[in-house]
Amino acid sequence: MHGMDTKAQEGEMQFGIFTVSDITQDPTTGRTPTEAERIQATLTIAKHAEEVGLDVFALGEHHNPPFWSSSPTTTLAYIAGQTSTLQLSTATTLITTNDPVKIAEDYAMLQHVSGGRADLMLGRGNTGPVYPWFGKDIRQGLPLGIENYELLHRLWREDVVDWEGKFRTPLQGFTSTPRPLDGVPPFVWHGSIRTPEIAEQAAFYGDGFFANHIFWPASHTQRMIALYRQRFEHHGHGTAAQAIVGLGGQVFMRKNSQDAVRDFRPYFDNAPVYGHGPSLEDFTQQTPLTVGSPQEVIDKTLGFRDYVGDYQRQLFLMDHAGLPLKTVLEQLDLLGGEVVPVLRREFAKDRPAEVPDAPTHASLVAAKYGDEAPRQATPNPNRGDNLTLGSPYQDTVAVKDEAPAANRSGSAFGPAATRAGVAR
Amino acid sequence: MTAKRIVVVSAGLSTPSSTRQLADRLAADAVSILGERGVEVEVSTFELRDLAHDITNHLLLGFAPPKLQEALDAVSTADGLIAVTPIFSTSYAGLFKSFIDVIDPQALTDLPVLIGATGGTPRHSLAIDYAIRPLFTYLHAIPVTTGVFAATADWGGGGDGVRSLPDRIFRGAEEFAALVERTDRSALVNDPFALDRPFGHLIGGLAGE
Repeated sequence: MHGMDTKAQEGEMQFGIFTVSDITQDPTTGRTPTEAERIQATLTIAKHAEEVGLDVFALGEHHNPPFWSSSPTTTLAYIAGQTSTLQLSTATTLITTNDPVKIAEDYAMLQHVSGGRADLMLGRGNTGPVYPWFGKDIRQGLPLGIENYELLHRLWREDVVDWEGKFRTPLQGFTSTPRPLDGVPPFVWHGSIRTPEIAEQAAFYGDGFFANHIFWPASHTQRMIALYRQRFEHHGHGTAAQAIVGLGGQVFMRKNSQDAVRDFRPYFDNAPVYGHGPSLEDFTQQTPLTVGSPQEVIDKTLGFRDYVGDYQRQLFLMDHAGLPLKTVLEQLDLLGGEVVPVLRREFAKDRPAEVPDAPTHASLVAAKYGDEAPRQATPNPNRGDNLTLGSPYQDTVAVKDEAPAANRSGSAFGPAATRAGVAR
Repeated sequence: MTAKRIVVVSAGLSTPSSTRQLADRLAADAVSILGERGVEVEVSTFELRDLAHDITNHLLLGFAPPKLQEALDAVSTADGLIAVTPIFSTSYAGLFKSFIDVIDPQALTDLPVLIGATGGTPRHSLAIDYAIRPLFTYLHAIPVTTGVFAATADWGGGGDGVRSLPDRIFRGAEEFAALVERTDRSALVNDPFALDRPFGHLIGGLAGE
C-alpha cells in the first residue's frame, strides 16, 4: 500500500504550515519578489518543511494578483514528486467557484501521484469578484458550497453518477476518473471562520473542520469548534471528542523574545489584512498570533487545547507579509527543531484514548477495509456509453436494470449500481 | 420583571460635547417616563470617540477588540437605542456611520431607536429624516417618528420658542419609552453562532431532519 511510512502516521497529531501565496513587498528592503521567485521560494519552503520534520504543507487558491497560487494541484503534485512523507493539502480549495467535477478529478489525480499524501480543505474564498469571474453569484456562496460538495462527495464514492442541481449542468452516467486511490476518497476538511452552516456541513458528512484561527479572537474558534463537535455527534459519526479538528496559527520566532518582536514588527505593521491597523501588542493579545521565543510559541500553542479540546492538525502561517525566504527557512528550522517535537510530546500526554489520530490515507484504508485488500479500480473496455451498460469497472458489480428503457435516466439507475457501499 | 436595557450611543467628537449632552437628556427623560410607569431601566452609554481606534481596526480586520465588542453586544441585545450624532457636511458624522458599519446587519432588527442630532444651525435639522432615519429603516430598526435636533441656539434662548428643545426631547422620549416598554428584545437569545437550519434543510431535505 502507499504512504504507509509517513511521519504523520506515527504521531497522533499532524503539524505543518500553510501559505496563502501572497507576493508582498519586503518592507525592510522595499523589494517585491517576482512571481517566479516567490513560486520557487514556496517550493523550497515546502521541501524544507519535510526536511525539518513537519507533516503537512497546505497551499491556498487565489485568482488575482498579488497571489500566485491559481492551480494548487499542479504545485502540490510537483512538491509530491520532490518529497516522500509530506502530507499535501490546501488552504483552501474554492468549493464555490470551481467545478466540483474538476475538483473530483484533480484531487483524485493528486492522490494517486502523491501515493495517498493528498487531502484538501474546502472554503468559499474571500475575494468577491472571483464569483462573477467564474460565472457565479456571491449571494449564492453558501448554497453553492453545499450543493457542489454534495456532488463532489458522490463523485468520489459512486462510480456512475446521475445528478441534477441548481448550479451546474446535469450529469447523466458520469464517472469521475481516476477513481480515488485504493477506493478511499481524499480526506476533506471544511474551513470557515464564522459560518455555522459550514461547521454543520463538516459534521453532517463526518469530515474534518478547520478553523483559520489567525485573524480572529480565539472565542470565535471556540464557538465554531464546539458547534462542529456537537453536530458531529448528532449526525452519528462518533462522540464530540472524536470529531476531526484542525487549527491554523501564526508565529514568528527568534531565540529570544525581544529580537522576535523587533524583527517581525515591520512585517506586521505593513502586512496585508492587519497592517496599518492594531498594534502588534494588541493583536497578539487579541488573536492567536505569537511573536516571541520558541518556548512562548510552545506555551501558547499548547493552550489551544484548552478551548478546542484534543485535536488532529495544527498548521502555522509562516511565509506571508513579505518575509524573505531566508527568514522563513530559519523559522521552519525553529519550528521543526525546537517547537514541534515538544508539541508532539506534550499534546500526546493525557490524550484520551477515544480521540482519533489525524486521518491519513493509511488510516482511512484501514477503517474502510480492515485487513482486506483495498479496491483497485480496473475499467472495463470502452463501450462508448456509460448509460446503457452496468458498471464501467470490472471490480464493481452492476445492479441488473429491470426498468423499462424509457425510465433509464433516473437516479435509480446509475448511482444504484454502486451505491450499496456508500458511507457517509 | 427584569430591567429594560437602553443603550445610548453618542458620536460627538469634542469633550465636553453638546451631542453627549443631548444624548444624556434624551436618556434621562426616557428613564423618568418609564420609571413613572413602573418600568425598571438600565442605561449604558458609549462615547464613540473612546472606540474610534477599535472601530477603525474592526473595519480593517473584521473583528472587534474587546471594548468595542462590549458596545456591539450591548446594542444588539438592547431594548432601545438612543443614537445621537453631530451633522457634518449634510449627514451623520463619519465615525457614527463607521460604528453602524461594524454592527451585524441583522443585529438591530426590531430595535426601538430614538434619533438625536446636533448642528450649528437649525438649517441642518432635516438630516435626521433624509439621512439618519433611512439608515435605521434599512437595518429594520424602528426609529420613533420624532427625531430631536439641537442647534447651537437651542441651548440658549435663541432656539425654537414655540416647541423648545426640552419639549422636543420629552416628546421623542415619550414615543421611545412606549416602544421600549413593550419590547422583549433583551430577553431574546442573540447568538451569531446559532445554526438557523440543520443540514437536512440546507441541502434540500436530503437528511430528512
